[in-house]
Amino acid sequence: MTDAAKPALQPVSVLAPTKAPALGRWGWIILGAFAVYAATTMRWDWLLDYYPKLLWGLLATLLLLVVTTALGLAAAIPLGFVQVVGPRWLSVPARTFCSIIRGTPLLLQLWLLYYGLGSVFAANPEIRDSALWPLLRQAWPYAVIALTVSYAAYEGEVFRGAFAGVAKGQLEAAQSFGMSRWHIFRRIWLPQAFNRALPTLVGETILQLKATPLVATITVMDVYSVAAQVRQATYLTYEPLILISVIYVLFALLIQRAFAAFSTTRYMRSPR
Amino acid sequence: MSSLNILGLNLELLLNEGWGEALLIGLYRSLTIAFGAFALGLVIGIFASVGKLYGNAIVKQLLELYTTIVRSVPELVLILIVYFVGADLVNAVAGLLGYSYVEINGAAAGVFVLGFVQGAYSTEVIRGAILSVPVGQIEAGRAFGMTGAAVLRRITLPAMLPAALPGLSNLWLIAMKDTALLAVLGFGELTQVTRQAAGSTKEYFTFFLAAGCLYLIASLISNVVSRRLEVWARRGLPQDIRA
Repeated sequence: MTDAAKPALQPVSVLAPTKAPALGRWGWIILGAFAVYAATTMRWDWLLDYYPKLLWGLLATLLLLVVTTALGLAAAIPLGFVQVVGPRWLSVPARTFCSIIRGTPLLLQLWLLYYGLGSVFAANPEIRDSALWPLLRQAWPYAVIALTVSYAAYEGEVFRGAFAGVAKGQLEAAQSFGMSRWHIFRRIWLPQAFNRALPTLVGETILQLKATPLVATITVMDVYSVAAQVRQATYLTYEPLILISVIYVLFALLIQRAFAAFSTTRYMRSPR
Repeated sequence: MSSLNILGLNLELLLNEGWGEALLIGLYRSLTIAFGAFALGLVIGIFASVGKLYGNAIVKQLLELYTTIVRSVPELVLILIVYFVGADLVNAVAGLLGYSYVEINGAAAGVFVLGFVQGAYSTEVIRGAILSVPVGQIEAGRAFGMTGAAVLRRITLPAMLPAALPGLSNLWLIAMKDTALLAVLGFGELTQVTRQAAGSTKEYFTFFLAAGCLYLIASLISNVVSRRLEVWARRGLPQDIRA
C-alpha cells in the first residue's frame, strides 16, 4: 500500500491468538504428562498460605483489565473517527498521539507517569495539600491511566481502519433515506466499523491482559506481583511462575470465549 | 552552574555530563538485542511454521502448544521462566563438562529469551503467509521435479514474502519495545539505563522523555525501511493483489 493516508505504524492484528487452539490427542497427552510431573515433583504447599492473596491479585488484574479496556475503547472510537473524517486540527493530533504511544514501550510510559509525574506532584505543595493527594500518592491511578492510554492508542488505530473500511454505498444509502449525521453514525457507521474491528479487538484485549503485569513494577498488587512475593519468600523459582502462566492462559481463553459469545448476539448480526 | 533548562527539562545533564552518551549506549544495546532476538525468532518461525504445516501429529501438537502458550502468557513472565530455565540448562551442561558455575552473558540471554518469544509470533505470521501462496505454484515446482527443500527455498519463501512483511515489520517493532522488559532482569539496555540515570539525578521527566524520543525515532526509521521493503517485495505482483 502506498497511499498517503497510511498510518505511521500498522495494526497488530496478525500477532495475537484469535482462534481457540486446536489441541488434538497428542497435545492433551503432552499437557497431561507435564501436569503430572508438576504435581508430583514440585512443591505446592505454599498455596495454602498464599491463596487469599492470590485471589485478591487475580481480582486486581481482572479489574485493571476490564476498567482499562472499557475506558480505552471509549477513547479509541473518537480517536479513530476523527482520523477518518475529522478536520486537520483534530486528525493530526490524534494521529500523532497514536504514533507516539505505539512507538514507545509501555514500561517507559508507565515509569514516566509514576516516577516523573509522581515526583512533580510530590514536590508541589499545592497538590500535596489538595483533596486529590491521597489518591495521587497511590500507584494504581498511574497504572490505570498508562494502560488506558496505551489501549486507546492501539485501538484508535484499529478503529481508524475500521471506520475507513465501511463501504461508501452504505453511508450514501443512509443519507438518501434522509438520516441525520448522528443517526448515520449511530445506526450504520459505528456498528459496521465495530463489526470489522471485533476480530482484531480479541487479540488486542489479550495483548492488554499481557501488559497488566507491568504494573507490578510500580508496586500495584496484581496477581503477578503476588507470584513475585511467593518467589522471594519461598525461594521457589518455577512453581509460582507456572501457576500464574496457567492463570493467564485461562484468562486469555476466557477473553476469546467472551468475544465469541458477543459476536453471535443479535447486535453483531451480519447481513449474510 | 549554568544549567540548560528548557521547559523544565534539564538538558545540561544530557548534553554535557555524559548521561546522553549513556542513553545512546543503552539504545545501541537495546537495538542489538532486538535485532538478535528478531533474527532468532525468524529462524524459529520458518522451521516451526513448516513443522506446523507439514509435520507429523506430535510435531504439530508440540508447536501448537508452543505458539498458543507463548502468545497468551505475558512477556514479563515468559522472560523470567525462559531466563531461569536457560540458566539452569547452561549450568547443567557446564557441570557435565566439568566446569563450575558459568556466568550468563546478559546480551546473549536477552537475545535467547526474546527470540524464543518472538519465534511463536513469527511462526503464526509465516504460517499464514505460506498458506497465502497459491497451491498451483507449489505443484508447478513439484512437477518440475524440485525437492521439498528446493520448493521451499525457490518458491514458497520468496512468494510468501509480500504477505509476511507487514506482520514481520510489526514484530520487529514489538521486539524493540520488548527489550524494555529486560530492564526487570538488569541487562543495561535503554530503559534500565534511563531509570538509573533518572534515579540518581532525580530528573525523571528529562530522562524518560529523552528515552521515549530515542525509541520513537527508532520506530519511525523502522517504518520507513519496512515500507521500502514491502514495495520491493511486492515488485512484479499485479496491482490489485494486496497482502
